[in-house]
Amino acid sequence: MVGKRILAIASGGGHFVQLLRLRPGFAGHSVHFASVHPDMASEVIGQPYYSFRDVSRADWWRVPLTLFDLIIILMRVRPQVIVTTGALPPLIALALVKPFGVRTLWVDSIANSETLSGSGRLARRIAGTTITQWPQLAEPGVDHWGSVL
Amino acid sequence: MTAMDTRAGNAPDVFVSVGSMMPFERLVHAMDAFAQAHPDLDVLIQIGRGRTEPAHARWLRLMPPAAYKAHVVGSRLFVAHAGMGSIISAIEAGKPLLMLPRRQALGEHNTEHQMATAVHVGCRPGLYVAHDETDLVVRAAMLLADSGTAPAPISYFAAAELTARIKAFIDA
Repeated sequence: MVGKRILAIASGGGHFVQLLRLRPGFAGHSVHFASVHPDMASEVIGQPYYSFRDVSRADWWRVPLTLFDLIIILMRVRPQVIVTTGALPPLIALALVKPFGVRTLWVDSIANSETLSGSGRLARRIAGTTITQWPQLAEPGVDHWGSVL
Repeated sequence: MTAMDTRAGNAPDVFVSVGSMMPFERLVHAMDAFAQAHPDLDVLIQIGRGRTEPAHARWLRLMPPAAYKAHVVGSRLFVAHAGMGSIISAIEAGKPLLMLPRRQALGEHNTEHQMATAVHVGCRPGLYVAHDETDLVVRAAMLLADSGTAPAPISYFAAAELTARIKAFIDA
C-alpha cells in the first residue's frame, strides 16, 4: 500500500471504539492498529493489528510491561504519523517517538466533556497536535475539529 | 448460583455490560436483583473483572466484539455504565440504552467524568440515565414495557468535518 505508515493506537473500550470511527481520515495510507484486547483484530480485518498490555494511573506499576510492548510495536511499524484517542499507554508511545520527528495527533476522548482528560492535559506538551471533541474545552493549543458522533 | 455462561449464542432479553476496562459491582448487583425479580426474563451480564458472580442472571466476563454487537442488537433492552464504548455501540445499533454512571466517589472510576457524560451525551434521543440502583431497576422495567425512542441510526464513522481534518493532518 502506498502513502504514509500510520499507527492508530488507543486503550480498550470506548477509546478504541472512537478510534475506529476515525478510519475515513486514514484513507490512502498504510494503517497499523494497536489496542489492549487481542480480540479487537476482528474489527480491522485486512489491516495489521497489535495488542499491548494496558496500564492506567491506578496500576502505574505495570508501566514497564506496557513500555516493553509499545517499543516492540513502534520498532515494527516505524510510524511516520501516530493518531490516538487516548489514554495513558498511547501517551507513552507519543513520548517515546518525540525525539524522532514523528507527527502525532492526540484526539481527547469524547468522554471528557467538562475538562480535558488527565492524559490529554499532558498531551498538550507531548503531542504535536492536541484536539478536543467539545467546543467548550477548546483553548490556546487545543483546537476543536468536531466529534466522533 | 448460575454458572459462568460460555454460550455466545442467543441474545438475551436484557443485556447488561460494565464495559471491558474496570469492574462495576453496583451495576452487577442491581441487575442481578432485577433478574431475581423477573424470572421470566433472560438477563445476561458481562461482568468484566468484577468480583461478584451473579446468582440469578447468566453472566460472562468478556465476549468477542462480534458477539457483543450481536447481543446489543438482539436484546430487548441494553443496560450499561456511561462509557463511550457502550454508548457508541448502542447508537450505532439504533438501540435504546439505559445507563448507570460510574461514581469516582464510590471508587468506580478514576474521575467523575461519567456523570458529565450522562449530562452532555445522555441528552441524546434514545439514551436514558438512571440516577441510582433503585431508579435503574424501575426504568429497566418501564423500558421493557415501552422501549421508548430509539437513537437515530448513524454511520459507523465520525462526522466528515473531523475525519477530513484528520486526513489533512496526515497528508500534510
